Amino acid sequence: MIFTVARKELKALFASPLAWVVLTFMQIILAYGFIRRIDDFMQIQPQLVQVPNPPGITELVASPLFATTAVVMLFAVPLLAMRLISEERRNQTLVLMVSAPLSMTEIVLGKFCGLLAFVWLIVALTALMPLALLLGGRLDFGLFASLIVGVALLVACYAAVGLYASSLTVHPFAAAMIAFGLLLGMLLAGETAADGLRGRGWPVPAALAQVLSPLKNFEPFAKGMLDSYAIACMLLLSATFLILTIRRLDAARLRG
Amino acid sequence: MTNAQPAEITVSAQGLLRRYGAHAAVDGVSLELKRGEILGFLGPNGAGKTTTMQMLTGNLAPSAGAIQICGIDLLERPTAAKARIGYLPETPPLYRELTVREYVDLAARLHRVAKMERAPAVRDALARCGLADAAGKLIGTLSKGYQQRVGIAQAIVHRPDVVILDEPTIGLDPIQIRDIRNLIRELGARHSVILSTHILPEVESVCDRVQILHHGATVFSDTIEALKRFHGGRTVIAGFRNPPAAGEIAALAGVARVEAAGDRQFRISFADHADPTDELVRRAVDQGWRLHQLAPAYSSLEDVFVGLTQKEDTAK
Repeated sequence: MIFTVARKELKALFASPLAWVVLTFMQIILAYGFIRRIDDFMQIQPQLVQVPNPPGITELVASPLFATTAVVMLFAVPLLAMRLISEERRNQTLVLMVSAPLSMTEIVLGKFCGLLAFVWLIVALTALMPLALLLGGRLDFGLFASLIVGVALLVACYAAVGLYASSLTVHPFAAAMIAFGLLLGMLLAGETAADGLRGRGWPVPAALAQVLSPLKNFEPFAKGMLDSYAIACMLLLSATFLILTIRRLDAARLRG
Repeated sequence: MTNAQPAEITVSAQGLLRRYGAHAAVDGVSLELKRGEILGFLGPNGAGKTTTMQMLTGNLAPSAGAIQICGIDLLERPTAAKARIGYLPETPPLYRELTVREYVDLAARLHRVAKMERAPAVRDALARCGLADAAGKLIGTLSKGYQQRVGIAQAIVHRPDVVILDEPTIGLDPIQIRDIRNLIRELGARHSVILSTHILPEVESVCDRVQILHHGATVFSDTIEALKRFHGGRTVIAGFRNPPAAGEIAALAGVARVEAAGDRQFRISFADHADPTDELVRRAVDQGWRLHQLAPAYSSLEDVFVGLTQKEDTAK
């Protein structure tokens, strides 16, 4: 059932011009960044040879590419997520699923999976760029895999927040702005709080503040570290917003 | 399952109550529906028809009351109960970017129609709603009447025991209305149907039973014949080529009220428990009034409401 809903959402995304526009610009921006990085790499390559144990192409090209992806997705995911629930409520089409023998959890998870499939497709397309370097070089597959896992989890957080924002209002653009504001707020709060607290020598509150910030949790992955605490933080964050979305829709049924 | 006893109860609701703040949109509505029956919900806008239907389909949780669909409690086992309901809300929940076939197929999937049965179920629903030729068209390009049919196809594709239609003929032209009414009559043969409307003749032409809501409460619940007796049998229109004075008719025993109704016609209301028709005809012949028309006058929905609500007030 979750699959049926996800399939429908994915189809709807591909039927909307907005998704294609986002997909196109993501590719253009990221590809441009990628080529610039390669240029830089070519220029400093002679000097790198003289350094003992020099950073490789994965570290100098793939890592910054995924870091850019993490930031650009902050803008893209709220735009992709904004219509998922708000527009259905506005057009009163959510009734079709609510009247069907589906639980609210299945509906929300289905929509989340559909959105995530589309966003992960963008991540996969991005990952193809560094893979193209295999034609003339070698990649550090450990770091590469860690980057992909990190970004995949990161965009899942974005998607959950975007979905929740979409359930708050019937106006899609308001939903996108809410999602964007929430994400930016969480990012800044998590960042400053975590750094500030750690600076004062309070590692435990700093670690708790880190839960809030998806981007902070991405940092270990960018260094090639599969940090289980960061993974837990991101899963917790996604789950929290999905539960909030389910509760929100259930409340609409209870209170009307 | 579908060949069960004709008297099987498919929908049963007791004491439905729905509050919005201090205001009760639906206040103590109960209903019962048997297989093969078509129940009409009649009432002016804001009477609580839509709210009641939203509760019956699990789109809105009642503040109090219980609902059973084929004996399954809707509030305790919502998914099992919802599987037996097909619902067309006031605004059909259509995805404009899908084709008719894709959309009805999606509805079948969401209603857990088994994979093997899905293609025939979709084909059957499209055929029954007269959509076979439009199956490949985008829903957004269809006319309103066709979109309404797609909405009905969505509600019947999983062969539910109960079909609930909220104002299915609103905004359609007379030919489309006739088609949809025929379709509803056909549905009544296989499913239990609840439909809401504020058009009195619509209820009379398709429903077996009628329940009239007013201010969130039931003011009348009986068969169509009883409704017709209630609002149709007590008043006649009489036309005379050589009309007498209104006072002469009013003087007849059993006549409560006489009003002039157009050119040499009178609207004659009978007193309770009296039928002065024979006396009226005899007098007309004797006096040479030249009676040429005598027909029961159907009152408008407003008249029925006024009658019902007044009756309720006096009962209180």
